[in-house]
Amino acid sequence: MANAARTETATERAKRETSDAETAEAPPALSGGENGAPASPTPLFETLSGIPVKPLYGPVDVKPGLEERLGEPGKFPFTRGLHPEMYRKRLWTMRQFAGFGSAEHTNQRFHYLLAQGMTGLSTAFDMPTLMGYDADHAMAFGEVGREGVAISSLEDMEILFRGIPLDQVTTSMTINAPAVVLLAMYVAVAEKQGIGAEKLGGTVQADMLKEFIAQKEWICPPRPSVKICVDMIEWCAKHMPKWNSISISGYHIREAGATAVQELAFTIADGIGYVEECVKRGMDVDEFAPRLSFFWDVHNDFFEEIAKFRAGRRIWAKLMRDRFGAKNPRSWQLRTHAQTAGVSLTAQQPLNNVARVAIQALAAVLGGTQSLHTNSMDETLALPTEEAATVALRTQQIIAHETGVTNVVDPFAGSYFVESLTDRMEEEAMSYIRRIDEMGGIIQAVERGFPQKEIADSAYRFQMQVEEGRRTIVGVNRFGGEEEISIPVLKIDPEIERRQIERVRAVRARRDAARWEQAMKDLRDACRSDKNLVPYVLDAVRAYATLGEISDVFREAYGVYREPAVF
Amino acid sequence: MARKIRVLVAKAGLDGHDRGAKVVASAMRDAGFEVIYTGLHQTPEMIVQAAVQEDVDAVALSILSGAHMTLFPRVLELMREKGIGDVLLTGGGIIPKADMTALRQMGVGELFGPGTSTTAIIEYIRGAAPGGAASRSAKAGSAR
Amino acid sequence: MSLVENGAPEAEALLERVYGARPAAPRVGVTGPPGAGKSTLVAELALLLRRRGKRVGVVAVDPTSPYTGGAILGDRVRMSELSTDPEVFIRSMATRGSLGGLAARTEELAELLSGWGSDITLIETVGVGQSELDVAQAADTTLVVLTPESGDAIQSLKAGLMEIADVFVVNKSDHAGADQLAAAIRSALALRPKAPWMPPIVRTVATERRGIEELHEAIEAHRAHLAGPKAQGGRREKIRARLKNAIRERLLEAAWERQGLGALLDRAADQVLGGTVSPYRAARDLIERITDHGERSKN
Repeated sequence: MANAARTETATERAKRETSDAETAEAPPALSGGENGAPASPTPLFETLSGIPVKPLYGPVDVKPGLEERLGEPGKFPFTRGLHPEMYRKRLWTMRQFAGFGSAEHTNQRFHYLLAQGMTGLSTAFDMPTLMGYDADHAMAFGEVGREGVAISSLEDMEILFRGIPLDQVTTSMTINAPAVVLLAMYVAVAEKQGIGAEKLGGTVQADMLKEFIAQKEWICPPRPSVKICVDMIEWCAKHMPKWNSISISGYHIREAGATAVQELAFTIADGIGYVEECVKRGMDVDEFAPRLSFFWDVHNDFFEEIAKFRAGRRIWAKLMRDRFGAKNPRSWQLRTHAQTAGVSLTAQQPLNNVARVAIQALAAVLGGTQSLHTNSMDETLALPTEEAATVALRTQQIIAHETGVTNVVDPFAGSYFVESLTDRMEEEAMSYIRRIDEMGGIIQAVERGFPQKEIADSAYRFQMQVEEGRRTIVGVNRFGGEEEISIPVLKIDPEIERRQIERVRAVRARRDAARWEQAMKDLRDACRSDKNLVPYVLDAVRAYATLGEISDVFREAYGVYREPAVF
Repeated sequence: MARKIRVLVAKAGLDGHDRGAKVVASAMRDAGFEVIYTGLHQTPEMIVQAAVQEDVDAVALSILSGAHMTLFPRVLELMREKGIGDVLLTGGGIIPKADMTALRQMGVGELFGPGTSTTAIIEYIRGAAPGGAASRSAKAGSAR
Repeated sequence: MSLVENGAPEAEALLERVYGARPAAPRVGVTGPPGAGKSTLVAELALLLRRRGKRVGVVAVDPTSPYTGGAILGDRVRMSELSTDPEVFIRSMATRGSLGGLAARTEELAELLSGWGSDITLIETVGVGQSELDVAQAADTTLVVLTPESGDAIQSLKAGLMEIADVFVVNKSDHAGADQLAAAIRSALALRPKAPWMPPIVRTVATERRGIEELHEAIEAHRAHLAGPKAQGGRREKIRARLKNAIRERLLEAAWERQGLGALLDRAADQVLGGTVSPYRAARDLIERITDHGERSKN
């Protein structure tokens, strides 16, 4: 009822203002929107996250003490960036996600992308891999190789990195619940290339808290999941000094519908959660904190995004120094990867996405990111085609080499608007963080479904604003034609599933059974203790235990997670 | 008491992107529906057993993983097997036009792509769901 | 089931047929504040009963939105391990705003599940307000689930949960504050007059499957007590309350329909709004009309 009433007013508003839409050269038919969503040009004077925006900002909008809040670039609290010269000295890493079908396919793609001038590898895995199932598991039916590369055993991983010297690239692996298995496989492949773990550079995402909050790919409940993450942080701190043992991710939180403030708050709360667990285990904060890394989403609201990057660095620096007593300045630094917002791309008029991605990427650069993935225009529909993936990479190269924005560090510093927005985001995020602290920390908050509910509410609010025409999405609820959406699907050969199943079965049949059995038993025993699991998983993958088998050990030992239903 | 439209909203397959399913479920609630939300990672067997027990008027599946051509037909087949072939099977996700047409021919209802308004989905279910809960009568209680 | 839930005309005959066809399955109500872990507990209890070869019925009750009349029934999310077991029947139910009628509808659904062949029926309900008392009426054994976190646990005890509990469950009992909570329940129980059944306190960690066996034993003990002579009075009391409820519902419905109470109510509301009559007076007048069997139907 309430819904119907709202829609009606929006329609009326849309009618009233059709003339406006026409001056903007939209086809008049469009005022109805493509799917019955009425369009209204009445602008909402607020950020994408709902922070009200005034028409003009001046000195009164910036609270006293700005210099202290800003600091110098490369110095506490790092509002202006992590390095004194930023991109003059070194550009960000252009890291494009790749991975589809079989390990052979993705290996070819890696070779192609490296030849195109990309400077880091990034791997996407298929759903069964992400959920800890081998290709021949019943739950994997129809999904093998579909959204990324299928990895069931060390053999797949050997094929994936064939011909790529692992000490000369950095590799980011987008994997969470079974991250410890993939990390171990990567180390084992390097061993076979004669490269020690200490020489390996890269990242495993391994951020389980955001899985429970947003992405929903899990194996075990939150507590044991976080325990395994902390095992990795601890092990990497000792054995892989160049490796980022975790990528604390706001990306998925934002994509699930969070506002920029919520993304900032819940991600940093996750970071606090991991640091607390590490400290509880007796680790010195400066021992692991320099290897923690972050991952932001970059959405359409240009200034808000820039402010988010700046506020994030400042919040983290203060927390690490003042709350956790970190002494090493590197522990204070929020190093981040960023990806343009997949959720902002539209299936309608997909070429428009090139413009969105460019603007978002520019915001990430002006915000001072360390590494960036630009989405392909067709990413909302399927895995990107080669052409689309190339345009996405070229977009970064244009920003880096043609626009001149890399010549100056933090060019928006001192802008009344950007500074006031940065302060505002910091305040609002900190108020969330305090609420989470009051609940007993992020793990408790997640178990209660608090961030989940906040995000679901924001997603619903946004959707209603779009349907009421109060938010414009170009090509969807305004300026759209009646054109058919054609979905170019990168076809995944069903043969891949069959071959992958065969391969994992062959591996199981061929491996040294006694060695495998011993490694599995040791792992099972280790799960019943509070020992660090990484060495045991490493032994298991060396013995060609599969990803599914190892995940099953976790399922038995720790149980399977059931999420709270929150709306 | 007035009859309520009951809809099962499920996420089929392994991917965890439940933003759309949740938004649609909330919108249905606000339109006065009773929504049975099953959550993530549902297999066709789970979905159909829930649909039978909950005596729903429509089953709405969200599939974003690209596995729609295996999952929809399987759910439909099981629904027919369990005697609820008259219940509307609908859903949404990233589904190419040709696949939508093929699924329609099999007996799946309208499928909704990215950018669809929740109002459109709700209106469709209002119109297309069969008498469902009211018409499928006594078997609901005792036989199952 | 929807027929019964919608109060369709055929429903009563259906219920009549089901009732007595099989001995009624015992009903266990599970209630407590939101976030206490009721769904997980119900799922774990059901799994335990399944391991013992029992057929299990579940009625999961969630609130209807008072603004839109819609509801999201999400209890299945926590019960996914049961969702392909043909020997488990889960039915979600919205409160539909009728507090008085909730108990009746719950009972009727439970009876249908009994007709389906359940050996035991678990009834999970939103733990706020009147609905707990209603579920207590529908259940033979009522579990009240509390957690150390629900800071309002003590408040809940005061608000009527104390009276309806046959078994107390301290869930998430590995969290800090579990001892204090158990102690608080114990001291509240000590204040109660001596009764033939004293509710035990069972500690569980449902997510880790701990304490479920003990909980089941407590339920069984209560069942044995109900079968004993000391409990007959209580059971009679429950049946009496149920009958009273059924009569009230039917009388109200009859009055509503046969005497056009809806229209009279509109009129009375206008009068109260206009200030010509007090609400007390208006209600008294309407009641008089109903009890007079519509003889004074002049207007």
